[in-house]
Amino acid sequence: MAHPVKRSNAPVFWLLFGAGGMLAALLGPMLVLITGIAAPLGWVLPPDALSYDNMLAFSRNIPGKLFIFAVVTLFVWHAAHRIYHTLHDLGIRRNRLSMGFCYGISLAATLLAGYALVIIGF
Amino acid sequence: MNVRRPYVRRMEPGWWWKNAFLLRYMIREMTSLLVAVYAFVLLAGVFALSRGDAAYRQWLDVMANPWSVAFHGLLLAVFLYHSWSWFEIMPKTLPQIRLGGRRLPAAAITWGGLAATVACCGILLGGTLWLTR
Repeated sequence: MAHPVKRSNAPVFWLLFGAGGMLAALLGPMLVLITGIAAPLGWVLPPDALSYDNMLAFSRNIPGKLFIFAVVTLFVWHAAHRIYHTLHDLGIRRNRLSMGFCYGISLAATLLAGYALVIIGF
Repeated sequence: MNVRRPYVRRMEPGWWWKNAFLLRYMIREMTSLLVAVYAFVLLAGVFALSRGDAAYRQWLDVMANPWSVAFHGLLLAVFLYHSWSWFEIMPKTLPQIRLGGRRLPAAAITWGGLAATVACCGILLGGTLWLTR
């Protein structure tokens, strides 16, 4: 009987890490500047840039929804993968517990983001 | 019982502290902690948005707090460092790219990536200004 090929789950996590890192490298600085500094201080952007009505409309729009989902979840998966491996470098050896901790938080964040974006409506 | 007893080298805490290269490595990896914090800030915003106007207004109030703005100044520095370090190591993480039989120089990959960051940030700002006009 042929043994089933035992496949590694590493490429999946590595892909999410790479996608999140790339998205953060390309858009991260401007996202932080807009959401955390310019909009709250009313710099450059109109004072109601991130208002409830604006953001509701943005997140009810399919591309807007996908954009928010991609940013939140890929940033989290990027960080989780990097932290998981950095913990190993700091002496917390890779095991099921540290893996469950890092990727578990990412999975929870992904589910929460998906849930929130679905109940926001379309 | 496992008969194999692999040798595990002792690790002294703070091994990365003594060498500038290792320190830079560790700082680069540690930026991911703040990337995660920022993702959770956004997640809180999305969740508040799904709870309605009042909840979302509370999130906006927190974001407008001077401490939050100062913290986002730190986040901005960390994200800029992430962008820089991401493309700095990209020549080592990408498979070799050959153009006309010559290997694409590392500096071209790094600076090409950083140019893409400038372009994407410009498009994001332009798009935000256009959507909120």
